[in-house]
Amino acid sequence: MTSAHLIRAARHRRGSRELRVVGILTAAVLALAALTLSLGDYGLNPAEVLNTLIGRGDTGSEFVILQLRLPGLTLAVLAGACLALSGALFQTLLGNPLASPDIMGITGGASVAAVYTTLILGLTGVLVSVSAFIGAVVIAGLILLLSRDQNGTGYRFVLTGVGIAFMCTGVIGFLLTRAQARDAQAALVWVVGSIGTARWRDILVLALGLAVLLPLILLLTPRLRVLQLGHLSATGLGVRVTGTRTLVLVVAVALAAVATAAVGPVPFVALCSAPIARRVVGTGALSLAASAGVGAVLMLVANLIAQNIIPTAHVPVGIVTGAVGAPYLLWLLATSSTGAKA
Amino acid sequence: MSTPAVRSERTTPAPVLRAEGVRVGYDAAPVIPDLSVEIPEGRVTVIVGANACGKSTLLKTLARLLKPRAGRVMLDDRDIAAIPGRELARVVGLLPQHPEAPEGITVSDLVGRGRYPHQGWMRRWSAEDDRVVAEALSATETATLADRSVGELSGGQRQRVWIALALAQDPSILLLDEPTTFLDLAHQLDILDLLDTLNRTQGSTIVMVLHDLNLAARYADHLIVMAGGRIIAEGAPAAVITADTVREAFGLDCLVIADPVTGSPLVIPRGRLREGPTTP
Repeated sequence: MTSAHLIRAARHRRGSRELRVVGILTAAVLALAALTLSLGDYGLNPAEVLNTLIGRGDTGSEFVILQLRLPGLTLAVLAGACLALSGALFQTLLGNPLASPDIMGITGGASVAAVYTTLILGLTGVLVSVSAFIGAVVIAGLILLLSRDQNGTGYRFVLTGVGIAFMCTGVIGFLLTRAQARDAQAALVWVVGSIGTARWRDILVLALGLAVLLPLILLLTPRLRVLQLGHLSATGLGVRVTGTRTLVLVVAVALAAVATAAVGPVPFVALCSAPIARRVVGTGALSLAASAGVGAVLMLVANLIAQNIIPTAHVPVGIVTGAVGAPYLLWLLATSSTGAKA
Repeated sequence: MSTPAVRSERTTPAPVLRAEGVRVGYDAAPVIPDLSVEIPEGRVTVIVGANACGKSTLLKTLARLLKPRAGRVMLDDRDIAAIPGRELARVVGLLPQHPEAPEGITVSDLVGRGRYPHQGWMRRWSAEDDRVVAEALSATETATLADRSVGELSGGQRQRVWIALALAQDPSILLLDEPTTFLDLAHQLDILDLLDTLNRTQGSTIVMVLHDLNLAARYADHLIVMAGGRIIAEGAPAAVITADTVREAFGLDCLVIADPVTGSPLVIPRGRLREGPTTP
């Protein structure tokens, strides 16, 4: 007879494994942050970086660190975590590894709204971010409306989203061809995603969003773990599937929306992070914290490459994540016949 | 099969589940037009019938997976639609036909998720949960698999693990939708023996849909035969399984004899082809 202490030991092993992964990811984020702050046109050694952070730097390094690099760094970490969490929630909800706000046109919807606001309405600043948020929410609602089905399988939802993503790309292309070259340059951020122009105001909005959404995710976690067993088993275990799904969907869309409103539609971070985290943790756990960590690490690495690959120009971070993420998507499609269901 | 280690027998009688005039499916062509049934408490009830006769639909309605268009499902004197999800899940459990396991999940983790309805905002995981999971694994003889990944188990082992999850949920009424599908004959008997033991030792009410009429007749205390969304016969297998009932339910000519092993009714289909060599 199995005694309870064996079950408890197995449970602790699983928990400590996830905790270890999260710890390693946190260390990686800190190391990458140090690199991000010191590398660049204006090189600084770690001691100078540290001195500046505690307020003992000279004016030059203070400007470079506090006004240029630290906002970008903070934004990269927060947006990466948001996108990763959004992808993790979508994938858990729909039971499909392709389910992700970038593949399903939700970040695309944010882009369309932002480009429209910039080019056609001629607005700038917070209003662009607000309209990006609205765009993401509208697209999510549209997908939900078009793919309503009784069985609650995610397949149709994902395909509808993929179709809508193409429509968004088309609309953005159309808007850009109608614009002046200089305006189109400004709108380009909303096509590929970039954290080059990070300002503390963007960060504040993102941080506020996370402050509201994170507690909600914590509340939903036990139900999500049961929902991983499919909607029939989840109903049998007493989860109100429809209500829970709607709530998770709202949180996932809001996460993608606040991230996109801040950094544009950076592709593939949302798609890749959760599967990588789950593979590393490897216990079939939900691994939301680890997913967020992977998202932050991916974003920081991509940002480092983007900032330093061409000495004279800043490459938008979305181009780097796209270049790395596209092969992953192809690999996923090639191996998806083996399925995620055990 | 060795006797599983079990917890104390239920001291209070299990509540009674019954459907009252339920109508399920699309309004134009309901799968079940109007059906009432009471599930006998503490017994093994098996629902049989031809494909698309509504047996799975009835089970899903009893398990509140499908909402009846008319009528209601009652647990003792309460409409199950009005019972909060977790509270109902502590009494009525369900094993669907194709349950899904997240990739890489271990057996003990999966079975542990059956404790969800016993946990809440304040009460997360307790020593009691560890104990119940351990007992569920013992009762289904899957304790040695506790650290294995569910994905690498054989079909028979996996089905035992899912039953362990249902035991961890600890309902007094357990509904199972074709629990023996995709298993070979030896493993089918193995699962049915396990459920039979659980019924005897723990007093759980068990309701399942089975395809195999002879296994149904052998393991059921109470047999429900369905055709066209209606119940055409119910009762003890010996009384219910007759050549007439089988013809009405399955459109099949057959001979019913006593099973030489158990004495329960055994259906020998005649079919149209391959008459025996002695038949003129």
